Amino acid sequence: MLQITCPHCGARAESEFHNGGEAHIERPKDPAALTDAEWAEFVFLRDNPKGLLLERWNHTQGCRRWFNVARDTVTYEILAVYPMGSQPPALDPRRYV
Amino acid sequence: MSGYRLSSGGQIDRARPLSFAFDGKRYQGYAGDTLASALLANGVDLFGRSFKYHRPRGLFSAGVEEPNALVTLRSGARAEPNTRATVVELYDGLEASSQNRWPSLAFDVMAMNQLAGPLFSAGFYYKTFMGPTRKAWMLYEYFIRKAAGLGAGTLLPDPDRYEEMNAFCDVLVVGAGPAGLMAATAAASSGARVILADEQSALGGNLRGSASAQENLAGLAALDNVTLLARTTVYGYYDDNTLGAVERVADHVAAPAEGQPRERHWTIRAKQVVLATGAIERPIIFGDNDKPGVMLADAGRLYVERHGVAPGRRVAVFANNDGAYRSVAALTTAGVAVSAIVDARREIGAEAQAIAAASGAELLLGQVVTRALGGQRLSGIEVAAFDPVQGARDGAQRQISADCLLVSGGWTPTIHLASQAGGPARWDDSLTAFLPGEASQPWRAAGACQGTLDSAACFAEGAQAGAEAARACGLSPNPVSLPGAKTEPLADVPLPVWDARPPHGKGKAFVDLQHDVTASDISLAHREGFRSVEHLKRYTTLGMATDQGKTSNVTGLALMARERKLSIPEVGTTRFRPPYTPVSLGALAGQARGSHFRPTRRTAMHDWHVENGAEMQAAGLWLRPRIYAQGSETVEQAYSREARQVRASVGMVDVSTLGKIDVQGLDAAEFLNRVYSNGFLKLPEGKARYGLMLREDGFLWDDGTTWRLSETQFLMTTTTANAAPVLSQLEFLLAAVWPELKVAVTSVTEQWAGMAVSGPKSREVLASVLDDLDMSNEALPFMGVRKGHLNGLPVLVARLSFSGELAYEVYCGAHHGEAVWSRILEAGKPFGMIPYGVEALGTLRIEKGHVAGPELDGRTTAEDLGLAGMTSRKKHYIGSSMLKREGLTDPARLKLVGFVSADGGKIRAGAHLVAANDTSSPPRSLGHITSTTYSPALEKYIALGLLEDGPERVGEKLVATYPLKNIDVDVEVVSSHFFDPEGSRMHV
Repeated sequence: MLQITCPHCGARAESEFHNGGEAHIERPKDPAALTDAEWAEFVFLRDNPKGLLLERWNHTQGCRRWFNVARDTVTYEILAVYPMGSQPPALDPRRYV
Repeated sequence: MSGYRLSSGGQIDRARPLSFAFDGKRYQGYAGDTLASALLANGVDLFGRSFKYHRPRGLFSAGVEEPNALVTLRSGARAEPNTRATVVELYDGLEASSQNRWPSLAFDVMAMNQLAGPLFSAGFYYKTFMGPTRKAWMLYEYFIRKAAGLGAGTLLPDPDRYEEMNAFCDVLVVGAGPAGLMAATAAASSGARVILADEQSALGGNLRGSASAQENLAGLAALDNVTLLARTTVYGYYDDNTLGAVERVADHVAAPAEGQPRERHWTIRAKQVVLATGAIERPIIFGDNDKPGVMLADAGRLYVERHGVAPGRRVAVFANNDGAYRSVAALTTAGVAVSAIVDARREIGAEAQAIAAASGAELLLGQVVTRALGGQRLSGIEVAAFDPVQGARDGAQRQISADCLLVSGGWTPTIHLASQAGGPARWDDSLTAFLPGEASQPWRAAGACQGTLDSAACFAEGAQAGAEAARACGLSPNPVSLPGAKTEPLADVPLPVWDARPPHGKGKAFVDLQHDVTASDISLAHREGFRSVEHLKRYTTLGMATDQGKTSNVTGLALMARERKLSIPEVGTTRFRPPYTPVSLGALAGQARGSHFRPTRRTAMHDWHVENGAEMQAAGLWLRPRIYAQGSETVEQAYSREARQVRASVGMVDVSTLGKIDVQGLDAAEFLNRVYSNGFLKLPEGKARYGLMLREDGFLWDDGTTWRLSETQFLMTTTTANAAPVLSQLEFLLAAVWPELKVAVTSVTEQWAGMAVSGPKSREVLASVLDDLDMSNEALPFMGVRKGHLNGLPVLVARLSFSGELAYEVYCGAHHGEAVWSRILEAGKPFGMIPYGVEALGTLRIEKGHVAGPELDGRTTAEDLGLAGMTSRKKHYIGSSMLKREGLTDPARLKLVGFVSADGGKIRAGAHLVAANDTSSPPRSLGHITSTTYSPALEKYIALGLLEDGPERVGEKLVATYPLKNIDVDVEVVSSHFFDPEGSRMHV
């Protein structure tokens, strides 16, 4: 089980958290300007990289607040935790063959 | 019957005799025995019958690797099948029984399977029992499972308690043998929090009982920063250095003491781990190598040294390495006769020679055991000359009499945990063994589990690993003194001998004893094209029994390599998965069983419902009153009476389970306007509005009323089922999508008790109990919300109707729920007011054609349900952009309509709607039934459903068919608004 450091509560077991999928998916500001394909991209399509993934997590069983996590999908190592609305810290993209 | 108790020696307490029973027969053992050692001491050599062939089997090992001696321990509710007799600690009154035999262990009818031997080769089930249809397998399976199998579990509830423990430490040391003890000592010297766990009944491993180990353990036990866990198996290595362990707190006694758990599950999160898990001896294959009396060499030594039991009266030894000579030395010291030592090597070292000479045994070098002789147990061995290149030779076999054969084929490091948390295992050619691969988590291995078999080297490696682990935690370990072990001159490097049979050797040669997989099964699998080790394993079931191939995996790989003419590392190995040894389900379930499996939510009026005869039903975690049956009423009679009374006069239902979310802030109205499909900006204070929520992909998600309590405060209600998901979604939108909105949301579901008062007399009832509210139509119009008091208690009253009658919802603080509920009912007495349950609630809403969970199934759109008018065209909201996509506007989509039973039959939810004249099989489905009820207002069975061209078919006759139960009901398609379609009754 992963240990995730909630920026508000500290290190807690993964079972207290809920994964909210890929981070930095911005909801289009001007919906009318989008084509169907662009909407489909926003609603349905997400990256599934081998290596560095930026994702949202919610501390469901704790403070219930959302935050961002940079995680390696191969080793599950958590590389950074940073607040909603901010950009991720500079991270090595981690390439796997 | 050749095992016997030695007159002295062993770590048993001869002053504490224990009585026990095996298959109903009484025996005596001593404290410090295992069930296996005590039975061996009593001369018992038959422990079980094998899985496929029902061959007689005896003790093979002295530890967790035991493939044969599986017994059912205890009886009744505490019966536990498939326990290994080798690790069951003896206690007074122990009862055990053998398995997989009928009618008795000594005479087993199924042993005739042996005569059919060739039939039971690899993959035989798949080849033989796959008839033309799946049904054939299902028929055969019953008999196969009955004939081949293990012990049967009890169906009685487990009377014992299991605990869960979460532990955090700097260094976890797994295994308390020479390496583990030193690792823990070195790490603890730094002040690190250390946990030292070992699966055996006492810590020490091979040093158990020695003075140096006792001293070492006493030193560790005195430290506050060290936790010692005996009888604790670390069985799994999980992400982020989390390890699972089971402590068998009371498995070594008949029943746990008062307040004591049987087992305790430990979830251990360690910064650093030292794996000192040791090694398991492996056998060498020869003909009929499963005869009772054939045993691993080190097991023979342990029975002598640890339990004071001789494994036989004429012991022969078969080895390809020096390890077996330790056993010879132990037997000689204890006065047990060793008749012959058969060693495949042509030359052995001076130390081994000296041990052999001291034992008085005949030493046969360059020879191997080709076959075990005897009937139900070993009576002798056949020996032949061995050539390292050609193997054993045919002919010229010599027979030697023996009642016990100790076999040593070298050591297999216990790399299970390392494999779970690391890269592929590394092959070591000199040890002919797999060693731990690269660590993918912070662990380091020490001692025998990484191929170091010499005690002095194990001490040094352990101390170094412990110190390094402490340093990796940022701590400074002190140097520790190593016990004065002399470097042993015995060499554990084996001569590779896997299969000692000559080319035309006789007898079955077993690789996996527990699953009855033979060397010829592996050859057959290869001939049939199963080349990959993964396929080999699954096709032959090698290593897939409860012992997970602890003594057979490497040999199986070696035989596969021989077939493929490759080296063992080229064939490769499979990855180990948890658990290392079997874990009881009770330990994993812990306290989460029965009513503690998940929480139960009760409303504030729960006790009242129960006291007043409600039949409660689960709705998610909630318990809700289903009906309040009177006398011998059926469910249908009860809800019909309740619904009828609501329409005739007045009733009240508990609606506390609806999700309630407090939405506050300057932008609250704007926020709601973006999450609901209909407009909320202009909702005035003191008014409620029914709202629809869509998913971002355009499908309907949830519905409910939201009440504007002030300019900046709303009370949102959701369906019972979606209360938590809706809150999460709102929180997500505010945090991630619209952080600029000044809005806060909080769940208040449990803070409010809610009740709906429905029926033409509801106004009069409430007017009589409310302290300060004008209940007139003008003062409190339809959808109006007012704050008031009832008996001085603050309440919210909203004029909403789910039943289609004049109705109100009354909300109050949850602690006042029962008082307010009772007071209203009392006031309703003159009108014949009744409480009604969720069945009647459903009946009333179906009569009105209101949608609920069965219609909001995640696959319907607002338009499908006739709610298109509630999807605004003037604004953007969640789901609006996807609403117009082709698939959601397809005219062929199923639409909501009503149905009435034309033939008086009861319509079933889930029934499919088909044309009456459709004779095809199966008939084409035109849609399906979602909600059904008997309607007391229409005096007919009615239903809601989704139907192709629904509204256009009104007036048509269809059949609602339920093929699973062969029920067909003739139905007529009608409007979904069955009762009072104008809504005149609720606007009075």
